[in-house]
Amino acid sequence: MLNGNDWPGPDGALPVPGPAFAWAPASRPRTLRRVWLDTFDWRLYRAGLTLEQVSSRARTDITLTGRDGTAIAAEQVGARQPGQAAAKPNWPARLEALPPGPLREHLGPVVGVRALAPVAKAVSVIREHPALNSDDKTVARVAVERMSVSYPSAATPPARLTVTALRGYQPQALRLIDALSAAPGVAGATQSALEAALAAAGRRPGDYSSKIDVELAPEMPATAALAAVLTALLDTLEANVEGTVRDLDVEFLHDLRIAVRRTRSALKLAGSVLPASLTGTYRPEFKWLGDLTTPTRDLDVYLLEFPAMAASLVAATPADLEPFHNQLARKRAAAQRQLARGLRSTRFSRLSTGWRDALARAAPGRRRPTAARLAATKITHAHQRVLSEGAAIAAASPPESLHDLRKRCKELRYLLEIFGSLYDPGEQWRAVRELKGLQDCLGEFQDTQVQHDKIRAYAAELMAERAAPASTLLAMGEIAAGLMVRQQQARNEFSGRFRDFASPLSQSRIRALTATAAP
Amino acid sequence: MKVFASYNIKGGVGKTATAVNLAYLAARDGYRVLLWDLDPQAAASYLFRIRPRVKGGGKALIEGTRSIDGAIKGTDFGNLDLLPADFTYRNLDLILDSAKKPTRKLRTLLTPLRAEYDVIFLDCPPSISLLSESVLHAADLLLVPLIPTTLSVRTLDQLTDFISGFDGHQPRVLAFFSMIDRRKSLHLEISEQLPTGRSDFAATAIPALSIIERMSTQRAPVAAFAPRSVAARCYAALWTEARARGGLPAPPSAS
Repeated sequence: MLNGNDWPGPDGALPVPGPAFAWAPASRPRTLRRVWLDTFDWRLYRAGLTLEQVSSRARTDITLTGRDGTAIAAEQVGARQPGQAAAKPNWPARLEALPPGPLREHLGPVVGVRALAPVAKAVSVIREHPALNSDDKTVARVAVERMSVSYPSAATPPARLTVTALRGYQPQALRLIDALSAAPGVAGATQSALEAALAAAGRRPGDYSSKIDVELAPEMPATAALAAVLTALLDTLEANVEGTVRDLDVEFLHDLRIAVRRTRSALKLAGSVLPASLTGTYRPEFKWLGDLTTPTRDLDVYLLEFPAMAASLVAATPADLEPFHNQLARKRAAAQRQLARGLRSTRFSRLSTGWRDALARAAPGRRRPTAARLAATKITHAHQRVLSEGAAIAAASPPESLHDLRKRCKELRYLLEIFGSLYDPGEQWRAVRELKGLQDCLGEFQDTQVQHDKIRAYAAELMAERAAPASTLLAMGEIAAGLMVRQQQARNEFSGRFRDFASPLSQSRIRALTATAAP
Repeated sequence: MKVFASYNIKGGVGKTATAVNLAYLAARDGYRVLLWDLDPQAAASYLFRIRPRVKGGGKALIEGTRSIDGAIKGTDFGNLDLLPADFTYRNLDLILDSAKKPTRKLRTLLTPLRAEYDVIFLDCPPSISLLSESVLHAADLLLVPLIPTTLSVRTLDQLTDFISGFDGHQPRVLAFFSMIDRRKSLHLEISEQLPTGRSDFAATAIPALSIIERMSTQRAPVAAFAPRSVAARCYAALWTEARARGGLPAPPSAS
């Protein structure tokens, strides 16, 4: 693959391919409409995969290729004659929009629950030029592709030249490539067509991640550091609003919620370095936003776990749960409408624009403490709270004590993430390893409790509305019992998980982490 | 995969023109086609502008020290590859003679190409030899061009008698008149009378036309450089008959 900036010229002339080769007349131009697809968080790109929908006059195909450009799976999704192929999906869409087959099977494990959406769109005009040897025999075909990118913005990348050797003529094709590469304005292409399209349009593939993407320096003022982190969290939050409102997939809301929770934790735990008026104004606003998102997310979690719950039934059958599933789907649709209204509201737009301005004003505030000092103080304090509250939990302690401990763990975890760029990534990962184990256990304990309480309430509703037969209620009872078993298991595991977290080695890792950045 | 061989004991009867044009037409229909130029005179290779050279020569191919796969060249036409001739093919009889089961050798050699091609055309040199016998055993259909003379017809009868003596696999035969000169009354007489009542004769005949000779200056199949010519239409009709007689299923792209 070669890139050309100065050719073909306005007359379509190609560079002279050296004395050993000549050009035969080019083929008639072919026009292709190209749409590259990926999830919002670039799961395919990160996995080294490219998914492209190519439409010609006659048909549309979607092809998945690997890092080396070889096709892994393909599916025809459009034909001139109706009924000759599956319908072309209307992107963005979830994987189910593709017909069942190898392509969907390959994509499933990578894409998961995420929707696929266009990341770039272009129209390519391709002309093929046969390259002839001294016998006037074609030894290679040189495709010249001129791409006009229309999305994410209008752009024209350099023409791309692909040399395809005819069978048995690879050595001659390599000599042709050498000759073409030596022509002025031609260079070896290092980017794929997608990367070239995105680069021309001013976008970088993989430019979104739900991780906090801020580089803090230990000596920078804590106020500026916190403002930078909070601004990055606002970027993440805003990036996920459209997908959440359009309900493209459940991960938009998930990422949005995490950004809100991290913001709230940062304000609660480290907000003292920001002006008091600012935290006083915005903490209630972010609580409102968090609460707005909760009903939909809770129902999402229920619906995501539904297949596993149905499969776990022993006495009842999955079909018994259908009225319950319908009930959840109805509630979820209502919650989603409420959520979308909230995110389109003036209150939300005031929150996001006001918050960004407030952070910009607050950033150049006090010079002390430093980011490292603030991080060390807050992380040490949060760590101590987890240790002391956890140590106080005994077999007879009420469930609330574990719920509270979960909150403390989350605070510690968020602090480690917020200030993560101050630390060595390897050390940070080792420091949170036992914390993650403890969080998983506490999460299971509380989530099963919440789901148990909810399923009882849902069952009561179904009964009151006479909307489900007894078999449904019995199946829900079986699920509720299963949740209690899981909760008990989590409770039994707690002491071991906490012991690991509170071990001298684990404690020393967290202490060492904060000490490195704040000498 | 089907193997179609263009074969006649005699030379100069239009074997290469048949193999080249029918291979081209098959590829144009969407079949994946290989043409093996077995004639050391290399006329088919010349017509496709491919140099008649195979590394290691015919010996390496027959003995299997070099794979057929590595010797195949792409022609200028989509779906159509060529295994070029080599001057050492003049010794293929001797090479086959020292191989195990020489008459089955060609069929064995073609077996690995089954997945890659739908049709393989063999353009055979004019002879009756061990190579010819190996070709007859490898082929599913023999395309036999005949100049309308009494002796040619006798040759066809000898060939069909010979094939009927094969154990197991026997190729089908599709004979057709080639190079019919309308100015010669004997040509017209024989070409009108003989096919009647013979199941191994094609309805299509290929006339002697100067445009077919021009293939050697154009260096391309007549169906490619003069697709609307009488010659191209005749080859297209012959291809339709050959495809049906050879039992070739519809091409993959037509489904």
